Amino acid sequence: MNAQTRIEPVEAVASAEPAIRFEGVAKTYPARGAGGAVSALCGIDLDVPRGSVLGVIGRSGAGKSTLIRLVNGLEIPSSGRVVVDGIDVSSLGGARLRQVRRSIGMIFQHFNLLSSRTAYGNVALPLEIAGVAKPEIRARVEPLLDLVGLSDKRDRYPAELSGGQKQRVGIARALATRPKVLLSDEATSALDPETTRSILDLLASINRELGLTILLITHEMSVIRAVADHVAVIEAGRIVEHGDVFDVFTRPKHETTRSFLGQESGRALPAIVRDRLRPEVQPGGSAVLRIVFRGPHATDPVLSQISRELGIDLNILSGSVDEVAGRPFGTLVVGVPSDPATLSRVQVFLAQRGLDTEILGHVS
Amino acid sequence: MSLDFLSPVILGLVLDATLDTLWMVALSAAIATLIGLPLGVFLATSGRGELFAAPAANRALGFVVNATRSTPFIILVVAIIPFTRLLVGTSIGTKAAIVPLTIAAAPFVARLVEGAIREVDAGLVEAARAMGASPLQIVLKVLVPEALPAIVLSLTLAIVSLLGFSAMVGAVGGGGLGDLGIRYGYQRFMPDVMALVVVVLIVLVQLVQSTGDRLSRRLNKRLRHA
Repeated sequence: MNAQTRIEPVEAVASAEPAIRFEGVAKTYPARGAGGAVSALCGIDLDVPRGSVLGVIGRSGAGKSTLIRLVNGLEIPSSGRVVVDGIDVSSLGGARLRQVRRSIGMIFQHFNLLSSRTAYGNVALPLEIAGVAKPEIRARVEPLLDLVGLSDKRDRYPAELSGGQKQRVGIARALATRPKVLLSDEATSALDPETTRSILDLLASINRELGLTILLITHEMSVIRAVADHVAVIEAGRIVEHGDVFDVFTRPKHETTRSFLGQESGRALPAIVRDRLRPEVQPGGSAVLRIVFRGPHATDPVLSQISRELGIDLNILSGSVDEVAGRPFGTLVVGVPSDPATLSRVQVFLAQRGLDTEILGHVS
Repeated sequence: MSLDFLSPVILGLVLDATLDTLWMVALSAAIATLIGLPLGVFLATSGRGELFAAPAANRALGFVVNATRSTPFIILVVAIIPFTRLLVGTSIGTKAAIVPLTIAAAPFVARLVEGAIREVDAGLVEAARAMGASPLQIVLKVLVPEALPAIVLSLTLAIVSLLGFSAMVGAVGGGGLGDLGIRYGYQRFMPDVMALVVVVLIVLVQLVQSTGDRLSRRLNKRLRHA
């Protein structure tokens, strides 16, 4: 048994049908004034497996906000279908849609708490809306405040809470109606790094313990890395890359993905190297090579093997060993003598051992 | 300057006039709120793409509100005399004055309430929609409670304006402080009565404003309370 099978959600056995499925979804906003129609999303096919955490990453304006709002019908697709838990949300309206929305929780970047209600009152709101009786509301809200660690802030108004505490109230509120799906709209973008960490930990534990499916959107790879199982990269209304978080982190295919990964560990070059980097070969200089160690190879002593077996000395410029989605992953940036013969021997040697390499440029 | 205005007769007149003013203003403010509050909510929520989207009705109501508000109060008082007579059976006196006061104040309240509702963060409406709230629930559980501090300030402003308007209804035989000031202070050359009337009005306005401010502050949970 591995980590994948630790705690299965209760309904996982029921069907392999995804919790959320986008089928050929497009969203076009009609022309306004002089401007033409705006296409926000185009040809979106995406499954969010039950009990998983899928992170959608994109820049502002890429269409990720529209994407997440299609799930609870805050936006209606121009074409295609959005199916949540077997129900085609895009075809619903009125009371039926409101009913479905109660099985989908949502948290927001700016929390969107009512300033006129206490923490308790905010968590109680979705239950009041659903027509739950007072004693039942009480019985549900108290444990939720407990779950998010805010029992002692029960009677505080949002103005008296910190950003992290407000988002905890937001999470408790989103869970109040016992949803199957949680939508997270840039939930940590307004928080400092430490608070972000604690909120993401909370989301991860909710996913694990309640088996809740989470769809989150963000513009930060660190968020994806901290909680997501799968990642979809969105650019100009299209999904340009989609896959397992570990795979996408260690073998990014699309330019946009690479640029999002730029700041992540092991990918940022030290300034002293970056500033000297040139695209063309520098005579008598070195090629700068990035070696990516994935999973089982992450700790292989290849550098000493190269110097021993090939008699080539490599110059270590930067490196790190890290963990992504619970699996080890290392990167090493080395300087290799830039004559083509030497370079290709090194690359072949590394490729034979299943390691990925990428030439970043040349230094003199 | 004589101290005639302290005579029991004069003081009695001022007291009566104050009570007249208070009840005219209180009653017209209450009715104007009953009419203006829902109208204001409707104005704020019926634009294109909004909760109760009804752009045509929104524009029509907006026009009526603007028309009423641009009519000078004294003209409004005279212009609606037939309507007033129909409603209360007479067009003269304090009771009759309540009709134009209400009709002038209701659109004012509606616009102020509209502004207060529009100030509510759109994110809250989105959150409520995401929870599965109906439009009516959004109004009752989100918009009105969140706008309440601003609505209280708006009503305070409306009451203060009504105190001013009420001084003009003497023209149609409505009683109250303004009427007293004109008839005794101006027409009978009793500046001391005029002064007393002004002092009473100043005190009333101060009381209304400070009560409204205090209530609004108490309702506003956006501020940290020590």
